[in-house]
Amino acid sequence: MRSAVLDPGGTTTPPLARRIAALLLLALTSVTLLLVATPARAQGPVASATAACVADAATGCIVGTLRTAAGEPVVGAVVNVTGPTGELTATSDATGRWSVAVTEAGEYEVTLDVATIPAGETLRDPGNNPRTVAVGLGASQAALFPLGAPAGGGGGDTDDEPSDSPTTDTEGGAAVPETPGSTGSGVTAARVAQLTVNGLVFGTLLALASVGLSLIYGTTGLSNFAHGEQVSLGGILAYVGTQVVGLPLIPSAIIAVALGAATGWLQDAGLWKPLRRRGVGMIQQMIVTIGLSMAISYVFQFFFGAGPLRIVTDTPTSVSIGPVRITTTTLWSLAIAAIVLGGVAFFLLGTRAGRATRAVADNPALAAASGISVNGMIRIVWTLGAGLAALGGVLIGLYFGATSWYSGGALLLLMFAAVTLGGLGAAFGALAGSIVIGLVVELSSLWIPTDMRYASALVILILVLLVRPQGILGRATRVG
Amino acid sequence: MDWTRILTNVAGEFFAPTTAAYALAAIGLNIHFGLTGLLNMGQAGFMLLGAYGFAIATIAGWPLWAAVLIAIAAATIFALILGIPTLKLRGDYLAIVTIAAAEIVRLVGRSTALTELTGASSGLRGNQYKDTFQDASPFDDGTWALGPFEYAVNASNSWWIRIVGWLVVALACLLVWLLIRSPWGRVLKGIREDEDAVRSLGKNVYSYKMQALVLGGVIGSLAGILYVLPRAVQPDSMGRSMTFFIWTILLLGGAATVFGPVLGSIIFWAVLAVVKLTLRDVVPTTILRSEQIEQFGWIIVGVALMVLIIFRPQGILGDKKELAINAH
Repeated sequence: MRSAVLDPGGTTTPPLARRIAALLLLALTSVTLLLVATPARAQGPVASATAACVADAATGCIVGTLRTAAGEPVVGAVVNVTGPTGELTATSDATGRWSVAVTEAGEYEVTLDVATIPAGETLRDPGNNPRTVAVGLGASQAALFPLGAPAGGGGGDTDDEPSDSPTTDTEGGAAVPETPGSTGSGVTAARVAQLTVNGLVFGTLLALASVGLSLIYGTTGLSNFAHGEQVSLGGILAYVGTQVVGLPLIPSAIIAVALGAATGWLQDAGLWKPLRRRGVGMIQQMIVTIGLSMAISYVFQFFFGAGPLRIVTDTPTSVSIGPVRITTTTLWSLAIAAIVLGGVAFFLLGTRAGRATRAVADNPALAAASGISVNGMIRIVWTLGAGLAALGGVLIGLYFGATSWYSGGALLLLMFAAVTLGGLGAAFGALAGSIVIGLVVELSSLWIPTDMRYASALVILILVLLVRPQGILGRATRVG
Repeated sequence: MDWTRILTNVAGEFFAPTTAAYALAAIGLNIHFGLTGLLNMGQAGFMLLGAYGFAIATIAGWPLWAAVLIAIAAATIFALILGIPTLKLRGDYLAIVTIAAAEIVRLVGRSTALTELTGASSGLRGNQYKDTFQDASPFDDGTWALGPFEYAVNASNSWWIRIVGWLVVALACLLVWLLIRSPWGRVLKGIREDEDAVRSLGKNVYSYKMQALVLGGVIGSLAGILYVLPRAVQPDSMGRSMTFFIWTILLLGGAATVFGPVLGSIIFWAVLAVVKLTLRDVVPTTILRSEQIEQFGWIIVGVALMVLIIFRPQGILGDKKELAINAH
């Protein structure tokens, strides 16, 4: 099946045409970057994405960020929303953000529960609470509640104010998600250090998710578009464990990972092995993964709604190391991720099963002839990959403060970027690629707006394919 | 249960503007995938670019024809940028790159940095760019009723957009029909079946693939205009799921056929409407909330896509011998 994947079919490129093509794309990219960099606003030191409400065809979002008069994020404040969808509640996360997903367009009344904001804080404009916002499907609407001394007269922000206008996100006001308060200014050493650490953390957690994607591709040749849902599954199972069943975090995370791995086993046994036996082609199987991804993500939304799901509700404590702030949860996550990734490396390099896995990835026919059970190895890879994805989902959910039906789907393309960057199918390439992608995503927010930083990783993906299609660590085989 | 109302609504879906827009987008994808075998997973990106190009040009005061040309130019440039690095690579690379590129378009479009141009995540409101299209209508304002179907003649979700939309779909079908029979179309089909064989005949495969990518993308951008005319340009409603719906439509109707995309789109939206309307009537809201019914519909779409591609990859109208999906 490997040979079918590496079906050669490309011409050798004339070097001149290739160089011109490279130049063209580079020029275009730099123009785009320049264009978007000009209006870029400096972002706050802690700029992490929230796996919160994602607006799509069937969902609209009401969002906001709560900050105290001193500009600190307000954690755990409760916002109630009533309207056509019904009664909804949101709690602000570690960065002060909250979001509510609605499934019907219309007018919603948004109330900030003033009992839940920190003692001593008051609304700058009490007359604006509750307030009414109009939401359309597929859109995000900000509902801002500035805290601070009550202002005489019109201190409130109007509903239709552009979400990034300078007046809304400074001076203890509030900002909409993805553009956290603008306190930093330009490129400072402290910001670079913070973003580098963020990037390394994000990259390591991303690696947990991408290694499975890469292993599955390596052994079966399948680009699994449903891998993002395996990541969401981990996060959602951990949420069910802690918030629905009421278990402590660690047992519920372990159960989530075990169940995640079990779904990998079941998927291979119930779906992929029969498809391989039927001789269903790779492209067809890829489209099957797309259908599966759609079905699973809407199943999540069906049962858990479109809102953010907080795995733990208490505020994480953070420590300062030099100029860098990092939460203790993140430090633990990092340690767990490093140990697990080390374990995977040991498995691949030091055990018989791992060597057999790599043999299958290299040449399934030869591996089968050498007495290796190819299907058995593929089963192990699916189980391992899904388990790693589930662990990644739990840790990413903890890192971003919440998980959701879309938390894995949003990362899917970053995982593909990481895997392609490292070389499709090379497990260690996926690790290296993930770290690079993590750094690119975080550091690019020095120059481009935070809400565009995932795009930077995807631009890198396209550039890599242009210059070195086999990736950083991939073998220089013909891929065309 | 009110069957007349449900059936009327479902029949309304048969010729709704959205159905036409998805049919047109699927016709574009058919040129990519059905004719040439290109795995374009970013058709929604072409549509979004077309929609942005048209809407922004119109808001800037350009006439209708110029705005449409801008949309076409945007899609052409996008296709060239995508094609240059990937058309020489294996099929699944094109899939990853196109899906990533479509996502870039969406992320850039919804970014707050471009609020003045694109309206960020809340998008551009329909009545900012509808006027030139509505003014081009030769009919007087008012409403027409055809049996149970009553729509405004020109405004928004109108007869005018339906007439234009389905006219464009018909022209695109005619184009595909002519292309399939032309020498050019035969080369494309040859590429789909066996690229090396075509190359050995002295054809420039890369150039043919690029032409197909551009043509299908341009049709996609027209579909994007058609899609946003009765509503608003909202980047988040034109993301990955939209591409997947278009794929489902194409595979349902039958890739590499002339009328497959049209039939697929009609069945897709009609079945979805039947499922949702029936569930809404039958199941009390205490058991299934209205958004859950919506989500249930999309779950069915996902499962349908899986079942289709496994058991009947040629779709309703297709010929299994004609389309070897795994040529690449």
